[in-house]
Amino acid sequence: MLGFLVKKPGVLSLIQDSGRFGHAQMGLTQGGPADKEAFYWANRLCNNDVDVAMVEVSVGGIELLAQLDTVIAVTGAKMQLSINAKEVPMWRSHQIKAGDLITLDYAQSGLRSYLAVKGGFKIKESFGSVSTVCREGVGGLKGSQLLKHDLLPCDEYKFSETDYSLMLPADQVPHYGQSARLRTIPSYQQQHFNSFEQRLFYSSEYSVSSDSDRMGYRLKGQAINCEVSGILSEGICHGAIQIPADGQPIVLLNDRQTIGGYPKIGSVISIDTNKLAQLRPSDKVHFEPISMEKANNIFHLSRHKSRAVTLIKC
Amino acid sequence: MKNEHKTLIKAAGENALILYFSSTINDKTASKIQCATLKIKQSLSNYILDLTPSYASLLVTFDMYKIDHHQLRNKLRTLLATIDDVQAPNHQHIVELPVCYHEDFAPELPLIAKQASLSCDDVIQLHQSTVYTVYAIGFAPGFAYLGEVNDKIAMPRLATPRLKVPKGAVAIADRQTAIYPNTSPGGWNIIGCSPIIMFDQKATPTMPVNVGDKVKFTAISKEEFFTLGGKFPMFHD
Repeated sequence: MLGFLVKKPGVLSLIQDSGRFGHAQMGLTQGGPADKEAFYWANRLCNNDVDVAMVEVSVGGIELLAQLDTVIAVTGAKMQLSINAKEVPMWRSHQIKAGDLITLDYAQSGLRSYLAVKGGFKIKESFGSVSTVCREGVGGLKGSQLLKHDLLPCDEYKFSETDYSLMLPADQVPHYGQSARLRTIPSYQQQHFNSFEQRLFYSSEYSVSSDSDRMGYRLKGQAINCEVSGILSEGICHGAIQIPADGQPIVLLNDRQTIGGYPKIGSVISIDTNKLAQLRPSDKVHFEPISMEKANNIFHLSRHKSRAVTLIKC
Repeated sequence: MKNEHKTLIKAAGENALILYFSSTINDKTASKIQCATLKIKQSLSNYILDLTPSYASLLVTFDMYKIDHHQLRNKLRTLLATIDDVQAPNHQHIVELPVCYHEDFAPELPLIAKQASLSCDDVIQLHQSTVYTVYAIGFAPGFAYLGEVNDKIAMPRLATPRLKVPKGAVAIADRQTAIYPNTSPGGWNIIGCSPIIMFDQKATPTMPVNVGDKVKFTAISKEEFFTLGGKFPMFHD
């Protein structure tokens, strides 16, 4: 099968679909795009189903050679996108011809971009998903990040003269800054953090540690004390904020361990973990408590808002 | 009434509730959780993205497009009320797992011995003397949580988790013990290494143990460890 040949793999490029669900009982984590918002737009710009496989490009530096005609779109962190050494805009679809060379330079703002192809990459699923989780050696092509000479198979798409490209209106393009507000549902072991510690937590600024990755973002700043040092190991949801004995919070993301025994003060909502996953070491975050009801409303309103956006034909 | 057994349902995250069945580890709770996991799978699968059972809890991750936390809470309440007192099943199957407790493989062994005022050999003896129950599989694929470790050699987690724990490391956290199936970050106290592969996605079965199995550790020498396919473990702080 033909597709895209990896000439340069970049720093960390991973095949991701919407994630692996239903296998937590074996200890398999969910994987999936660290920034679901950018992932959503890349698929929509290619007129794809919302959950098909694309490449999540962290940091940048990827170069792909097209072996067939198709359509691509790149969203997410600002990286210079070029087709045959000519710069073209992100956040819109581009017609690609066999032999075209597609490059994404290093990120100028944000950390992860998303490269989607029409119809999605056609890769064999492991445990119901193609999402790559390197630590588990599961998903992707061989359970690892993209390597030089890999082939990413996809279907050919012959465009006609009546075909048009799609573009996201400029006012809808997310901004990737150097700080994020992380709205948090107080939950799990919240009762084991006294009101003073909770106030400290919600009023302190934290910086992103260089040990952060898709598993979790480790933060540095005001230490938070918990009345208990450990709990019976239990299931960890996406966005859960773990406080180990050193008091430095860890926000657990897509590749997190399924079960763990450090106490958790609450969980960050997914719209805000999208922002967190775009931050780099030493960027700043702060937490803001919100109710489960409010979190639910924010989630659904944001979904309606995205769906209501009309893409520009060009 | 059975108020003391009433299952607690709490918020975990925007799309997750957590069910607490008990505050202690025991075989009866483990059976109840297995039963609840199965029932939820059978009758609520349309709303559920994932289920993560553990020692005394069950994390229920739901599809926010199909149900909200209020509705799900009600459905779970109704369903939990139908779970009768489940009896612990009588498992005879014991899986034996070899462990090399050599000092090169066991950075925290002296620490545990010191805290317990025992010799390292006593700690090794005590670790082998229990037939453990697999209470949960999680944290990483094939990571089996075994309970319960003899109280004397129980040890709290490291204050700062290691960034890299080597594949095969046998470790203790509180009264739990486990084998790390792959290199990963972790905060447990390492007392040995096993050459057994705990998760192989191409093998059938994928894992040598399942939830509910019994496990016994047997000491092996360094030579036997390498003969059985073990790789020399690298320890980082």
